[in-house]
Amino acid sequence: MFSQVREITLMNIRNLPSRVGSSSVIVVGIAGVVAVLVGLLSMAVGFDAALKGAGKPDRAIIMREGTSSEMNGNMTPEQRAIIKAMPEVELGSGETYVVAAIKKAGTDIDANVVVRGVEQTAFDIRDEVQIVSGRGFEPGKAEIIVGVAAAGQFEGLSVGSFLPVRDRDWQVVGHFTAGGTALEGEIWGDLDTVNSTFRRGGISSTMRIRVAGEAEARSLDRKLQDDPRFDLMVKPETEFYASQSEQRTALINGFGLSVGIIMAIGAIFAALNTMYSAVSTRTVEIATLRALGFGNVPVVVSVMTEALFLALLGGSLGAGLVWLVFDGYSASTLNQASFSQVAFDFAVTSELLTMGLSWAIGLGIIGGLFPAIRAARLPITTALRGE
Amino acid sequence: MTAAVVCRGLEKTYVKGREQVPVLTGINLEIEQGDFLALMGPSGSGKTTLLNLIGGLDHPTGGEIEVEGQSLGGMSNKALARWRSENVGFIFQFYNLLPVLNAQRNVELPLLLTKLSRKQRQANAETALEIVGLADRARHKPGELSGGQQQRVAIARALVADPRLMVCDEPTGDLDRDTADEILELLQMLNADHGKTIIMVTHDPRAADHAKRTLHMDKGKLVTAGALA
Repeated sequence: MFSQVREITLMNIRNLPSRVGSSSVIVVGIAGVVAVLVGLLSMAVGFDAALKGAGKPDRAIIMREGTSSEMNGNMTPEQRAIIKAMPEVELGSGETYVVAAIKKAGTDIDANVVVRGVEQTAFDIRDEVQIVSGRGFEPGKAEIIVGVAAAGQFEGLSVGSFLPVRDRDWQVVGHFTAGGTALEGEIWGDLDTVNSTFRRGGISSTMRIRVAGEAEARSLDRKLQDDPRFDLMVKPETEFYASQSEQRTALINGFGLSVGIIMAIGAIFAALNTMYSAVSTRTVEIATLRALGFGNVPVVVSVMTEALFLALLGGSLGAGLVWLVFDGYSASTLNQASFSQVAFDFAVTSELLTMGLSWAIGLGIIGGLFPAIRAARLPITTALRGE
Repeated sequence: MTAAVVCRGLEKTYVKGREQVPVLTGINLEIEQGDFLALMGPSGSGKTTLLNLIGGLDHPTGGEIEVEGQSLGGMSNKALARWRSENVGFIFQFYNLLPVLNAQRNVELPLLLTKLSRKQRQANAETALEIVGLADRARHKPGELSGGQQQRVAIARALVADPRLMVCDEPTGDLDRDTADEILELLQMLNADHGKTIIMVTHDPRAADHAKRTLHMDKGKLVTAGALA
C-alpha cells in the first residue's frame, strides 16, 4: 500500500511543472491568507508584548480610584510623601502624564506623544530604561530625553534639537531605550519642570513605586482604600498593562481572524477549483491506475498529498514573506486610554508561523478532499473514456 | 482445455436519469484458454461493455460471468481490483501510459501491487520490454516514443505481471497499417509462444484476421454463435 501511495504521489508531484498556472492559484491564494493572518496577528502580539513587557511584578502604579488611565489622577506632594514613607514602598516616583502634539516624521500630521514628568528615582524603579545617546535630563531644567521609538517616528527629536511645548523650548539631551516596551514611545522630563510647564502646580497624575512583590502591592492597596486621606488605588504593573493591552489586542485579533476567515473561504474555492481541474486533467491516468488494480485509498491519499504539498508551499511562502517584511517592523497606534501613540514592533513569533502553516494545512485538506473522493468514485469505465 | 471465460445470460443495463438503457442482453459465451478472439460489431453494439465485464472493470446487472475460474458477479470493488491486478492485462486504444514516467517505470507499475523487491520488479520490467522489442527504449518517456512504440510499452505493462488473460480495446485503432500489423503480430506471438488468452475488440476486419476466431455483436447480442450452446 505504501509503495502504491508513494509512487502515485511522486508521479503527481512530478506532474506539477506541467500545471504551473493552475497549481500557482493554490499557492498564491493560500500564501495570501497566511500572510494577511500572520501579519495582522503579529501586530496584536507585538502590541501586547510592548504593553505587557513594560510591566514588572515588583512595580506598581498608584492612581486615582476607578480610573484606567494614567492621565486622570491628582496626587499632591503631601500624599506622595506619606506613601513614600510607608513600609511596603521601597522607592517611589511621582509622575505626571500629559501629551504633546508633534509632527509625525515624513508627514504633515501631528500626533500625540506622551510626555512623562518623573523624579530621578524613576530610573532606579525602571532599571530597563537606559540612555543610549546623549545624557539624562537635569532636574529643574527644560530638558527632555526621548525614547528611541518616538525619536524614529516623530520629527525634531534628535539629540541637541529644541522642541517647543507650551511656552517653552525643551532641549532634547538624550535618547533612551526601555527593553522594547511602550515606554520607548514616550518623552521624559523632570517632574517639577513638566508640572510647571503644564501649570499643574505640584500635582502629579500618578505615582510609580517599587515593592517587594504583587502581594505587597495589594496590601498597600487595601491600606490606601481604608485611609480617608486618599482616593487612590494600587495596581501591580503587570495587571495594569495587561488591562491596557486587552481591549486593543482583542480588537486586532478579531479583525485579523475575520479577514483571515474571509480570505480562507476564497482560498478554499481556489484550491477546490485547482484540485478538481488537476484531477479532471488526469481522469484517464487515474482510471488507468485503478484499472491496473490500484486501490481507491492510494488515489485519495495521492491527490490529498498533492493539495497539501501545494498548500504548505503557499503557507511557507506567505509566512516567510511576512516574517521577512514585518518581523520587528516598528509601528505605532493610538492608546485610547491616553490618546497618545504607543510604539510597538510587529512580532512574527514561531507560534504565529505555526498557526499560519496549520491554516494552510487545513485549507489544503479541505481543498483536496472532495476532488480526491471524486477521483476515487468515478466509475473506471467512464473515467477511461476521459469523461 | 478449461475455459478462460464463461458468460451465461450476461446482462448489463445502464441507468440514465429515469431511463434504463440495456447494453448487453443475455450473452452466452465461452472462451477457452489460449484462444485469440476478436470481437467485432458496430459502435454501440456492446463489445467494449462485454470486454469491460470480462476484464472486471464493471459489474454485470444480470447473469453470470466466470473468468479464470473466478465468479466476478458478487465481488466487491476492492476484491475486483486485486483480482484484476493478478489475472488481467489491459491494452487500450490510446495506450494510457503515464506521461511523467519512462517506459521502464510505466511497465513496472502493475508490479507495485505485488510483493516483489524493487530489484525483481526492475528485472521483470526489463524482460517484458525485451519481449516487446523495446529494451533499448527503457529510459524514454512516452512523449519521446512513436505510437507503435508506446503501444509496445503498454503491451509490456499488460504482460509484466504474467496474467493469463489479456483484454485489448481497439489496440491498433490509433496506428497506421504497418505499425498495426507489427502490434498484431506481437499479440499473435504472445498468444502462440506465451500461451496468453487474448480478447480483442476491433472495428478493423484486417486486425480481426490476426485472431484465431471472430465473434460479431449487434444491439447487445452475439450474432455469431459462441462456443456455448
